[in-house]
Amino acid sequence: MDKTINQKAWFLVLPVFLVVAFSAVLPLMTVVNYSMQDTFGNNQFFWNGVGWFKELLDPSTDLGGRFLASLGRNLLFSAIILAIEVPLGIVVALSMPREGWTVAACLVILALPLLIPWNVVGTIWQIFGRPDIGLLGYTLNSIGIDYNYVSNALDAWVTVIAMDVWHWTSLVALLCYAGLKSIPEAYYQAAQIDGASRWAVFKAIQLPKMNRVLLIAVLLRFMDSFMIYTEPFVVTGGGPGNSTTFVSIELVKIALGQFDLGKAAALSLVYNLIILIVCWVFYTVMTNAGVERKARAESEPAVDRSPAGALQPAVALASKEGVV
Amino acid sequence: MARIDLVDLAHSYGGNDAAPESFALKPVTMTWRQGGAYALLGPSGCGKTTLLNVISGIITPSRGKILFDGQDITPLSTQKRNIAQVFQFPVIYDTMTVGENLAFPLKNRGVAKADIDKRVTEIARLLDLEPYLNRKATRLTADAKQKISLGRGLVRNDVAAVLFDEPLTVIDPELKWQLRSKLKALHRELDLTMIYVTHDQTEALTFADTVVVMHDGRVVQSGTPAELFDKPAHTFVGYFIGSPGMNILPAEVKGREARIDGHTIALNRSYDNLPAGAKIEIGVRPEFVETVAPGPGLLTAKIERVDDLGRIRFARTRLGDAKLAARAPAGFTPSDGSAGLKFDPSHVHVYADSLLVEGAA
Repeated sequence: MDKTINQKAWFLVLPVFLVVAFSAVLPLMTVVNYSMQDTFGNNQFFWNGVGWFKELLDPSTDLGGRFLASLGRNLLFSAIILAIEVPLGIVVALSMPREGWTVAACLVILALPLLIPWNVVGTIWQIFGRPDIGLLGYTLNSIGIDYNYVSNALDAWVTVIAMDVWHWTSLVALLCYAGLKSIPEAYYQAAQIDGASRWAVFKAIQLPKMNRVLLIAVLLRFMDSFMIYTEPFVVTGGGPGNSTTFVSIELVKIALGQFDLGKAAALSLVYNLIILIVCWVFYTVMTNAGVERKARAESEPAVDRSPAGALQPAVALASKEGVV
Repeated sequence: MARIDLVDLAHSYGGNDAAPESFALKPVTMTWRQGGAYALLGPSGCGKTTLLNVISGIITPSRGKILFDGQDITPLSTQKRNIAQVFQFPVIYDTMTVGENLAFPLKNRGVAKADIDKRVTEIARLLDLEPYLNRKATRLTADAKQKISLGRGLVRNDVAAVLFDEPLTVIDPELKWQLRSKLKALHRELDLTMIYVTHDQTEALTFADTVVVMHDGRVVQSGTPAELFDKPAHTFVGYFIGSPGMNILPAEVKGREARIDGHTIALNRSYDNLPAGAKIEIGVRPEFVETVAPGPGLLTAKIERVDDLGRIRFARTRLGDAKLAARAPAGFTPSDGSAGLKFDPSHVHVYADSLLVEGAA
């Protein structure tokens, strides 16, 4: 095949090249550049090699200690909110109505917290929990529970977790509800005839049909909670002490509070890498699930020949979930 | 093992106070013999699935009672009714193996492990599922899945009746025959009452020894396939069963004669006391009307086309406004597009307001 040589064609690619360079490549490279240097202000930089990265992973140094502690807090936070939001979301989805106007009402009510901006959610809870004027804080204190998220670390954690559960359980519930809706009525009738208890129906029918959406829910919630910044920052500012300082809050403190650009750059690169790895796991799991599903559909040619216009068989319905 | 009696049973999705005409299932009283093979036949929306779900307990009827062996079980839930049901689309518990699927109903009822294993093996052998017992059920073909659904019903040895809701819809044509013969064999072997809902007359007539035809929420006739064919109790049965269906022609009937289009057709019986003001029609199956060369004293019809079905040919003809199918004997060739019609008097039935009228001998 003859290839037309036309070097001027590079000009057509140039705009994209420039946009990507200015919006992504250059900022990222700046960060990489900072991560290798130390600064004492006045735009004076000194070469530091991989020193910051070494320090970052060494808990005995100040930087490493702070990073690993905040990472630990962040993982604990993610684990706790997942342990609460996933079962709670399933329970909410199971108790939602299946038909009638109440469905629409429930969906709207569930969607409301999802539509509120992060910092507004933070402000709501910040005021809600205040012992002097907040409805929650005042009530708790007046019934004799000593609650103050500003001074007590445990109270701060409870507040931040309650806020995240309030904000995001809806997402899990909505995803589960979509999974539940795809189960044909005949499954429930058959289970009834088979004498299945409520628990057996959940285990044999509902959970297997929901596991795809649950996977998505877990991964989404993990990623989101791992990157959380605004809400805890607005409510507790990372305190009391460092007790609710998560990785992103620590990062901002180092970068903007101490103006330690080198340390902050190294931290943000490692932080970014962790998120990228989780993304990659997410992507791989999803794609593999799709492949397995496709292979299964191909090994079942009989199902494909069902008459047109008929209700879809359960298998065909199930494969639709893969699209999500 | 049970006889099932329906006593004045009716159901409306709009509740008991709905208009009588809107009932999905209009009042019906009938008995299903223990060990019978029944087919509930009718077009979509005729109420056959509603009736089936009422029997299985998925729907509680608005009115009336259901008796199993004389015992009123109307308020009982599906679990307590000892009913097995096979649905239109195979219901399989995805995460379980074939064996676990079959064991599920027994496990739910707290049967001992050893008994479960024994029973599951027995049923798997009966349904030719033995080689698959340890395979994941999701990987099987649609007909194997339907067998598993059926097997889940059969493992319980207290099953009173097995209900089928159009179970062959998703099965390949060549496998349909196999599965149907399997059902028939199972019925003979297990002495179970089976009720089979379908809109396919071939399925109904080959499976059942009693076919119950439903139309517009009503049971219009229940009888053997031969009875339905020879003596449809309702014009709908005549039209629905048989291919092509029965010819229904408006006529004036007096004594032993019916007049159509000014021509007289002899009848085998005498109809002297037909209800006044009723819509009178005669019904005759295409098999019992023969096309011959037009002649005096014969009803003459215009031939629109002749369908050759291989063993038999049917002429599609037009009589004024009415359409009529008739057997075209071998050697008959339509000359100028019209033919005389010869009726077999012993197979001409008279209907008043769509219901069969028995004449006097």
